[in-house]
Amino acid sequence: MLSRKSSTGSAAPAVLFVIVLLLLVGSTLYFHIAKTWWFPPSITPVGNQIDQQFFITFVLTGIVFVLAQVALAWMIFRYRDHGQKAKFVRGNHALEVIWTTITLVIFVGLGIMAARAWGEVHFGGPAPGALEVEVTGVQFQWNFRYPGPDGKFGRIVTKDIDASVGNPLGLDPNDPEAKLNPVSPDLYLPVNRPIELMLRSQDVIHSFFVRELRIKQDAVPGLVIPIHFEIDKTGDYEITCNQLCGLGHYHMHAMLHVMSQADFDQWEKKQWASLESGQ
Amino acid sequence: MPPHVTVTDELEILGAHGGAKPPAGSGGGGGDDSRSSGSSGAFPQRIYVTGITIAMGAIFMFFMALVSAFIVRKGLGGDWFPFTMPRILWLDTAILLASSGTLIHARRLFKRGDRQGFRHWWAVTTLLGLLFLIGQLVAWRQMVAAGFYLASNASNSFFYVLTAAHGLHLLGGIAALLFVGWGRLRKMTLATGTEIVSYYWHFLDGLWVFLFLLLLLGR
Amino acid sequence: MSAHASPIHHSEAPKGWIRHYIFSFDHKIIGTQYILLGLSAVTIGLILSLIFRTHLVWPDAHIWGFANGIVSPEDYLRLITMHGTLMVFFVLTTVPQSGFGNYFLPIQIGAPDMAFPTLNMLSFWTTLLALLVLLSSAFVPGGSAIGGWTAYAPLSAVGQIAGPGQGLGETLWVVSIALFCGGSLMSAINFLGTTIDLRTKGLSLMRMPLTVWGWFITACLALLAFGVLLAACILLLLDRLAQTSFFIPGNLDVSGVVLHHSGGSPLLWQHLFWFFGHPEVYIAILPAMGIISHVLSTFSRKPVFGYKAMVYSLTAIGFLSFAVWGHHMFISGMNPYSALAFSIITLVIGVPSAIKTFNWLGTLWGGKIHFTTAMLFAIGFVSLFVTGGLSGIFLAQPALDLYLHATYYVIGHFHLIMGVAAIFAMFAATYYWFPKMFGRMMNEGLGKLHFWITFIGVYCIFMPMHYLGYAGDARRYSSIESVNYMIPLHPVHFFITISAFVTAGAQLIFYFNFFWSMGHGKPAERNPWHATTLEWAVSTPVPHDNFAGDYPVIYRGPYEYSVPGAADDYIPQHLAPEQVAKAG
Ligand code: HEM
Ligand SMILES: [Cu+2]
Ligand SMILES: [Cu+2]
Repeated sequence: MLSRKSSTGSAAPAVLFVIVLLLLVGSTLYFHIAKTWWFPPSITPVGNQIDQQFFITFVLTGIVFVLAQVALAWMIFRYRDHGQKAKFVRGNHALEVIWTTITLVIFVGLGIMAARAWGEVHFGGPAPGALEVEVTGVQFQWNFRYPGPDGKFGRIVTKDIDASVGNPLGLDPNDPEAKLNPVSPDLYLPVNRPIELMLRSQDVIHSFFVRELRIKQDAVPGLVIPIHFEIDKTGDYEITCNQLCGLGHYHMHAMLHVMSQADFDQWEKKQWASLESGQ
Repeated sequence: MPPHVTVTDELEILGAHGGAKPPAGSGGGGGDDSRSSGSSGAFPQRIYVTGITIAMGAIFMFFMALVSAFIVRKGLGGDWFPFTMPRILWLDTAILLASSGTLIHARRLFKRGDRQGFRHWWAVTTLLGLLFLIGQLVAWRQMVAAGFYLASNASNSFFYVLTAAHGLHLLGGIAALLFVGWGRLRKMTLATGTEIVSYYWHFLDGLWVFLFLLLLLGR
Repeated sequence: MSAHASPIHHSEAPKGWIRHYIFSFDHKIIGTQYILLGLSAVTIGLILSLIFRTHLVWPDAHIWGFANGIVSPEDYLRLITMHGTLMVFFVLTTVPQSGFGNYFLPIQIGAPDMAFPTLNMLSFWTTLLALLVLLSSAFVPGGSAIGGWTAYAPLSAVGQIAGPGQGLGETLWVVSIALFCGGSLMSAINFLGTTIDLRTKGLSLMRMPLTVWGWFITACLALLAFGVLLAACILLLLDRLAQTSFFIPGNLDVSGVVLHHSGGSPLLWQHLFWFFGHPEVYIAILPAMGIISHVLSTFSRKPVFGYKAMVYSLTAIGFLSFAVWGHHMFISGMNPYSALAFSIITLVIGVPSAIKTFNWLGTLWGGKIHFTTAMLFAIGFVSLFVTGGLSGIFLAQPALDLYLHATYYVIGHFHLIMGVAAIFAMFAATYYWFPKMFGRMMNEGLGKLHFWITFIGVYCIFMPMHYLGYAGDARRYSSIESVNYMIPLHPVHFFITISAFVTAGAQLIFYFNFFWSMGHGKPAERNPWHATTLEWAVSTPVPHDNFAGDYPVIYRGPYEYSVPGAADDYIPQHLAPEQVAKAG
């Protein structure tokens, strides 16, 4: 069998493979370097850390990606059937050990590096003096509840929920504290101040996502899940829902307005004032 | 690629040493086959034992899933109210344990060649099994009478789910007892039949004791 | 062939068309039935995907069969739910394992049939019933489920008030999956029993073809995983139909209805589902890995590089796959410390996957590569597996998954590594084994055309999805128009949809080649690829009892290609040493 098989040994598939795999590698590199479709800039310190981790992972996996695809292309081209005899090799123990160790070190190393940013988001509580806002998902809308002037949240009663009378959260009408809790369909936050969001849901699972925060967190009925961060750039950002919650999932959308502390204070005062005058 | 690639001695593969691996060597897990060792004509009975063992593994995982759901759900605390364990379950447990005993006895007689005695104790086992199932139904009635319905509380729900799941598997066991005792076995020998049914039955027996304790202590 | 008689030799072939082709006990017929079932499911699933891709790009396009010709948001969710369920369960789980495995496992280990032929038939019919129940849900009031293939509670648990399709449609979905679990469990028992007990003389574990190893480990996973999903389905059904509260917490107000459930845990469903779900993704890919190793070795004319490493890594993947399910739940609200543990174990499971890739490259290295269509698909598989595996490294880090979860990035990841890679393995298997199954060759020219369009096409479809993920584009959105930052992504979606149509069109070439070659292909020799394993030792078409009572004896490992000193560049496993022709 030293002959070349005319039907299967031709160079054409080998050349095609080389072209396609190089195109794959080239285009992938291009879009990652040109950043044609990319992350928006981060607006939190933790977000920057996450971006850093993304960068390290891009570089490492990128190298592996290029090496593996190019090696594949090279092997296919080099060892296409041109009449040679195949080497008789069953394997190589030393090689197995080497590449197992190297991948183990790289993969687990990445995991350990990434643990830090994760810890920043999820271990420990918010810094003292954090502004607490309650975030409630409901098919298909977000509601953001702020504390009253005394910094407290009032009671919520499920049977009082009625969006048609302007009480989408079911604030207890008999609780004076609940009366002074502003509820807003958009999220207003001050810049450079620790924030703690308390995520909950009234019906099914939703997920709170702001790209610029680099944070996504499910809002699970029956649980109150805290997340905390501090924003260092004012601006308007979009909040979306990222866990399938029903047919209106795609338009479960809100805005995040990040403003100076002064503007925020003013906004908050206005909310309280209108609640007080509303009685 | 380093030069020192391992090339196994090709002569060995070609058999030039006269030492080509003999066709023995079902290395590892139980590949040594009885069917190559002569007794032609008989269907290898081993596969039934293997089959029932594997099936019990699957059933075990199924119950473990329910049990871990039980533990997690209870661990959430809050909304978990204990129910009163139907008294009859103690009796029922004793019945099922007894049925394992009669089954062991039946097999012992079978191995001794006492077909009559075997049939007799096999029937007793079957009846005890049926009695156990009836007892389970009574237990359900007692639960309902005490106001513990399927949806009243998660602890009740788990009671019904676990007992029902176990009961269905036991019903299968009774069918197997009947079939092996009085049905027509085709490829399976009676010896194998009694063997695998007894494994399954003891398994369900042990499983029940475990579930009973779980419900008793965890409810 | 040196042979020995076997006592299992049983039964004449059944007479009569129905017993032969419909209610058959023969593993080859059952395997073919599974393949045809999968082919139907994949065809439906593919068409559904074309519809929802069309809707995403041309929301106003009129599509036959929908109210007013328009795909509504709930229709969109029905389509993706049905697509995912069909593809994951009825194609990826079914064809590589129950289809090709049923057909070739007994032959490759020198057995006359599966250990339990009746059980085998029963598993097929249960699976078919499951498929019919699933499809029937499209025709009930409210339509089929909109809850996604993962059916997260409480959306899947509270019934119709959660949305159209969540009534009877979702109930039928759960029933279908529960039935499917039953069929898969029966099938797993059969695969394990057969492999453990029915290997022919001389076939030790370390002489088994890697295909057999793939099927064997997969069956272990299926055995342990499907019972758990079955339990979860039963609890979900009770929540839906009997008002229990396993997954439904208290104080819910869904669409203005206050529910009377209390204390259930939505996360419990996710834990149970993914405890099954992660092994499930390996159930889809392990048989594929076996097939690819087999094909790469055959057409590189080389032994599989690192056979033992391949076996050990398969086994390691199998065991580890039960310890990583939490990586699907990083942002679910689960304990952040266990998230870290899941993250590290997930990265560790990447290592055996990487080992396999290195060994595939090692198999090609120094070979004499024959570019058959089967080989092209096998090479394509390796490329796809690398690409899809590397995106897994991002997702396995919870800090990065925070951003990428539930975006198109995840869709890109699992389609490349699970969807497309496994389908490439099925194509490779089809082109490779067709001659044995149908006695004729498939057309290689058409096969190659099919391969190239498909290979380029799938990359064009799924690579851009990663970029969509970077831009934060969420999956399961029936429209991208409500979110400002998604609107500029429209051209990417457009490109993806066009690529999907082209790629789907290329599958017509395959259908044609497949059915046409059955009747008109070039007649196949017994061993057209000069391969070494037992399926090539039996005549074509394979006789009813496979070996007609003469069971082969195995003398060597499965991949003895290009052995120095031998006259041919392959030495079949069953050839006695004295029969091997020596060179010179
Ligand atoms: C290199 C090894 C792999 C790693 C590290 C990895 C990691 C992950 C992670 C962390 C996720 C969760 C992403 C998220 O939902 O946010 C994921 C999703 C997924 N992976 Fe992998 N994966 C690997 C290989 C595979 C393989 C081999 C398959 C299948 C054959 C697979 C199939 C899937 C599927 C189906 C999903 C998504 C399910 C869904 O959300 O609908 N992955 N992968
Ligand atoms: Cu949503
Ligand atoms: Cu997974």
